[in-house]
Amino acid sequence: MIHALDDAASRLGLHIGQPLANARAMCPDLRVFDADVVADAKTLSDIADWCDRFTPLVALDPPHGLFLDITGCAHLFGGEAALLQTLVRALGRQGFAVSAAIAGTSVCARTLTRQVTGTIVADGGEAEAISRLPVSALGASEAITTGLRRAGLKTIGDVASRSAHEITARFGARFSTLLAHALGQGDAPINPRKPLPDYIVEKRFAEPIATDTMIAMTLSRLADTLIASMEKQGKGARRLEAAFFRTDGVVRAIMVETGRPVTRSAVIDRLFRERLDALADPLDPGFGFDMVRLSASRTEIVVQEQRDLDAHVHDNDELAALIDRIAARIGGKRVVVHLPQDTHIPECAVIAAPAQHHLAAAMQAEWPARVESEPPLRPLRLFDKPEPIKVPFATVPDGPPHQFTWRRALHAVVRVEGPERIAMEWWRQDGKQFTRDYFRIEDAEGLRFWIFRDGLYEGEVFDDDGKPVPPGWYVHGLFA
Amino acid sequence: MSGARMSALATLRGQIERIETAEVVHQRDRVALGHGEVDSALKGGLARAAIHEVFCEGRQGAAATGFVMGVAGRVTARRPLLWVRQDFSELEAGALSMSGLAELGLDPRRVVMVRAADVESALRTSADALACDALGAVVLELWGETRQFDLVASRKLTLAAQGSGVTGLLLRMAAQPLPSTAETRWMLRAAHSPPGSMWSAWGAPRFDAELLRNRHGPCGRWIMEWKCDECQFSESSAYPQPVAAAPAHRADPAVPWQRRTA
Repeated sequence: MIHALDDAASRLGLHIGQPLANARAMCPDLRVFDADVVADAKTLSDIADWCDRFTPLVALDPPHGLFLDITGCAHLFGGEAALLQTLVRALGRQGFAVSAAIAGTSVCARTLTRQVTGTIVADGGEAEAISRLPVSALGASEAITTGLRRAGLKTIGDVASRSAHEITARFGARFSTLLAHALGQGDAPINPRKPLPDYIVEKRFAEPIATDTMIAMTLSRLADTLIASMEKQGKGARRLEAAFFRTDGVVRAIMVETGRPVTRSAVIDRLFRERLDALADPLDPGFGFDMVRLSASRTEIVVQEQRDLDAHVHDNDELAALIDRIAARIGGKRVVVHLPQDTHIPECAVIAAPAQHHLAAAMQAEWPARVESEPPLRPLRLFDKPEPIKVPFATVPDGPPHQFTWRRALHAVVRVEGPERIAMEWWRQDGKQFTRDYFRIEDAEGLRFWIFRDGLYEGEVFDDDGKPVPPGWYVHGLFA
Repeated sequence: MSGARMSALATLRGQIERIETAEVVHQRDRVALGHGEVDSALKGGLARAAIHEVFCEGRQGAAATGFVMGVAGRVTARRPLLWVRQDFSELEAGALSMSGLAELGLDPRRVVMVRAADVESALRTSADALACDALGAVVLELWGETRQFDLVASRKLTLAAQGSGVTGLLLRMAAQPLPSTAETRWMLRAAHSPPGSMWSAWGAPRFDAELLRNRHGPCGRWIMEWKCDECQFSESSAYPQPVAAAPAHRADPAVPWQRRTA
């Protein structure tokens, strides 16, 4: 089956969807390549990345279309005609066959690209521009296109001349909406790949830059500009993205996040330096970058607070800045604070949350108070997964073991405190979990363990035949 | 050699001397741990703005953690604590449990944990953090022998700590001591709970702490006990035996002034 073909092939009379054997019969020396849908999608997405240099609003129109919302962008490139020409030429030089058009609505522009390239339609001229095009250019389903042709409606103008309710009655509301959009009456919204950042600053270079110092300098200048424009509206950046556009079309985006709104360019500068330093695959300038863009994709209003001489406030700022720097280098998920949870199950009692976002919450968290003059009841080191231990025998069925083997070493139990029974939360658990009896244990060497028996003795654990199985023993933590 | 270079060299020598002289370190403030003999061996307490190393065998990890945590609790004085650990040590010795920390009488709200993937990033993060004077202490937890932690890395940490006044604590589990610029070096083992009746409360953290190296004082070996309620170390003590309550109908002879005022 033919998936796609070039101009020369279509001139020979081949068409998409034709079986390959038929095509070979028509043209024996046909050159055939396997279709790779995934690679095609990847290429389209790469081209979309590259198109980011014209406008931040780029939407995919699979299988091989792109929408660019150039509202308010065209003058930066010398007008719509110049923009269109730049784009078509640049893509043409990279070996792509491009068909492009500019129109007031996305559907109209798409309809135009299916037939002619390089058209620019002024506002209000949509209906006239597409009236001569065949109905297939609308891109409706095969059945509708055939139906229209059978009804004698060859061009879009023919269809438009019929009254709307006739079209709707015959071909459905969806098609009539499509037609209305193509004629410039209303517009279908496009779905941009990335949300529009709040602030964007960028720098283009006639001569591509490649050295680290130049990149760093550019970034810090961009940061200055960005901060200046955010300051006017009293905003600070929480998430920043730097995009590096390489001359050969590859775009690399690098993101940093901060715990509180950034309002100083030196901080942005330092965060990006840390991030660039720690990249697993370093920024490869190749033949150089011809454009660098810095955008603030998440911003927050900065509350200007009067700073007193309280060192505490200053310390918190410093700590947040340190956390941002570490997170920029090793990743935000690796710097955590701890929040207590309302549960008795030891492994769920505390969750670790990224420090950038939860520092303030963690500083004010309410931890359960310890019991005065009691030794610690919870271990200082807790295993994520309780480690099984071998218990040879227990004299009392419900009692603690006299010795056990953990990590191939035998520990003789000298002191025992327990049991502390922790029942699982039946209102939350999915699978069957057993009641645990925890014991604090000290061995002959003075090591203190927190061990538990998983399941009540002869009460909870059964094999397939319904016979009780002795429950397993585990080490869950180690006391100091 | 030109005069300018000579003077530059002299300045550098002067700087190095100032960094390494004992006087500077002596002037720094010290934090008493609460254990009389240990504090006197440390000349008043553990020095802030320095690096202290705590070593232990692999299975004694929890004891060493408890000791480091106690020291950090003494040193930080209600400032944040940054705990940097290597991923591998969590598998071997278990994760630091915040519930356990709270049980020791310390404040889990002030602990920020950094989960470094490897030794290099852990070292770099701690050097960075030691330079940040908003912190009370930085703990670097490493498991096993590491090539990366050599004299140069140790000196970097020491310089950062001296510059900012932050105390650095190194928890080295399953590792052998190597030359370093640390102020003190400890070897930790868990100590038995004191003998007592089976029903008396036992299980308070007790450490067999050996001071292997002390730059400005003697070494020694002590049994130290962490008092969870008072948040300090103390001499090992047997637990107080339960005493019969004073009779209610007679005045307590220990408070004679009660009678006078009545």
